[in-house]
Amino acid sequence: MARKLSMKDAINEALDQEMARDPAVIVMGEDIVGGSGSPGEADAWGGVLGVTKGLYAKHGDRLMDTPLSESAYIGAAIGASTCGLRPVAELMFLDFMGVCFDQIFNQAAKFRYMFGGKAETPVTIRAMVGAGFRAAAQHSQMLTPIFTHIPGLKVVCPSNAYDAKGLLIQSIRDNDPVIFCEHKNLYAHESDVPEESYTVPFGEANIVREGTDATIVAYGLMVHRASEAAEALAKDGIQCEIVDLRTLSPIDIDTVVESVENTGRLICVDEANPRCSIAADVAATVAQEAFGSLKAAPQLVTAPHTPVPFSPALEDLYIPSAERVVEAVRKTMAP
Amino acid sequence: MGEANITPVLMPKWGLSMREGILVEWLVDEGAEIAVGDEIMEVETDKIASAVEAADAGILRRRVGAAGETYPVRALLGVLAPEDVSDDAIDAYIAAYEVPADEGGDEDSASQYEFVDTAAGRLRYARRGDDGPALVLIHGFGGDLDNWLFNIDALAQQARVFALDLPGHGQSTKQLGDPSLAGLAGVLQAFLDAVEIDRAHLVGHSMGAAVAARLACDAPDRVLSLSLIGAAGLGPEINADYIDGFVDAESRRELKPVLLNLFADSELVSRSMVDDLLKYKRIDGVHEALQQLAASLFADGKQQNLLGTEIAELSIPTLVIWGAEDRVIPAAHAQNAGAARIEQIDGAGHMVQMEQASRVNALILEHVLG
Repeated sequence: MARKLSMKDAINEALDQEMARDPAVIVMGEDIVGGSGSPGEADAWGGVLGVTKGLYAKHGDRLMDTPLSESAYIGAAIGASTCGLRPVAELMFLDFMGVCFDQIFNQAAKFRYMFGGKAETPVTIRAMVGAGFRAAAQHSQMLTPIFTHIPGLKVVCPSNAYDAKGLLIQSIRDNDPVIFCEHKNLYAHESDVPEESYTVPFGEANIVREGTDATIVAYGLMVHRASEAAEALAKDGIQCEIVDLRTLSPIDIDTVVESVENTGRLICVDEANPRCSIAADVAATVAQEAFGSLKAAPQLVTAPHTPVPFSPALEDLYIPSAERVVEAVRKTMAP
Repeated sequence: MGEANITPVLMPKWGLSMREGILVEWLVDEGAEIAVGDEIMEVETDKIASAVEAADAGILRRRVGAAGETYPVRALLGVLAPEDVSDDAIDAYIAAYEVPADEGGDEDSASQYEFVDTAAGRLRYARRGDDGPALVLIHGFGGDLDNWLFNIDALAQQARVFALDLPGHGQSTKQLGDPSLAGLAGVLQAFLDAVEIDRAHLVGHSMGAAVAARLACDAPDRVLSLSLIGAAGLGPEINADYIDGFVDAESRRELKPVLLNLFADSELVSRSMVDDLLKYKRIDGVHEALQQLAASLFADGKQQNLLGTEIAELSIPTLVIWGAEDRVIPAAHAQNAGAARIEQIDGAGHMVQMEQASRVNALILEHVLG
């Protein structure tokens, strides 16, 4: 039965249900159980924002606190996944991935290919992404394009609690390495989530809103900015279709192209820096596949090519706003 | 609201989740004489659009609701009154009208469903109406109790109505146990036992009609009458592309063309309908349950259970209703049940109880109440 659940609780429930279903699922990361060794509940943080809270009581030693060494435990998780376990490693902030790039890019992503299809690497790496948390330049980036660049990795970024639960269960059951990006400013966002386990397939975009005048492609938090923009534009009679990509590798470009063939206009919204972003990728592909359908140049609404500012005023300006999306849509409508 | 001879026209409530609807357009003018069942306005929700038929007769003295506007459920959209009621009285009635608070008064629509544990597992059902004979609604393959959203409240005016989710469907257990027709009929019997219904009028749609008919053959003393709608079990043909397509579809793009087979009016297949069905199909166990049912009931693209002769030999009153444009099960099968009454309804496909709801509701009530 469906009931309202926050994205944080939906992720917790997905982990709980998969651990109950499959004894091969383990969860590891920094402070995901408790950490320093003080007694009782006081120590049970359940991760830096409490996403894994309560799971240790149910699943015991299948949850592991790790040393503060990402390169060590991401490597351990990848190794364990090649030996029959299905580890879910929590990397806290995606920004910290740099120190384990060899394990991810050159090992996990390559095993299936290097071993002639005989090796599988069913590891899921969960990490927080995105700005707006006043956490400064080293904890706020949207680094999704770095991972979509690597063949062999699957990259997921849900925009709501329903998708988060279904996509995380799919990630855990998937036999390839998955980078699961959780926008920290969506943890409190609620939607209807079934109690039962379910999967949301990879490579299947969601049409959040139907419209005939312009196609807005987004993922993660930007889906909500796009929805605000579409709401504002609808008051002026401009009907936007919003495509939530849900997964960035594989990417459902067919749904995007199909939509642009109907609307003739494309606006890509991406919280990542603009160069080689998901927005740039989608715009280029649509220009190639559906050039004849385009009535105007595709518009990209992204962060600027700068680090995320620590100043709250500047950080708010940095993140693409609904107003900027509205402007971009209007630009495609101008005669 | 003193005036006893003023009758309100209200925003309908279709299904438990409906909170508001858009009054798309009026189909009658002010001053028009309206009979019960006349289509008076077009209403649209995020799930479905349909014409609203008058529940009461009278002269439409005032159109209160404006076309294109959104109104909450049970908002006052129009006023029916005889000519001798003054305009002032109507103005006063409109001014005094308040949208009644939702029964239960909370946001949690889920609490309006009930669950019951049976030998076949946990089943979800909805229950409406306090008086009259027991009437049980059984949905079809891949459906759920919300397939009756245009029927359940209308039927509950004159009957105690129960609508259940069969195993593998809706929010009931996804474990089928026995995927044969007799197995499903056994579940239905277990449901009747669990909710303490001794004898019931069974109303089945598609596969649900075959389940109802199977129970009537297996336990005729439990069944007062049969209403079979777009029924399975009356002939070998079935649209195998529909069944296979429904079972296998994993995406919106795959599922939508399959669902177009269900309706005469393709506009009814909304984004929200496709999304809701995808959400159902993604739940653990559903794909396996649908595969098992399809393999058991519709193997090799043919219906495996033919009950027409058996039903004809029962002394249970049987009504057969079919949408003339049914593209899932041929309407010609209606002839095979030896039914006293066969009604073919134009402008409707397989989901005739949704597309021509008030016609179907009237036929069922007539059949059940005699």
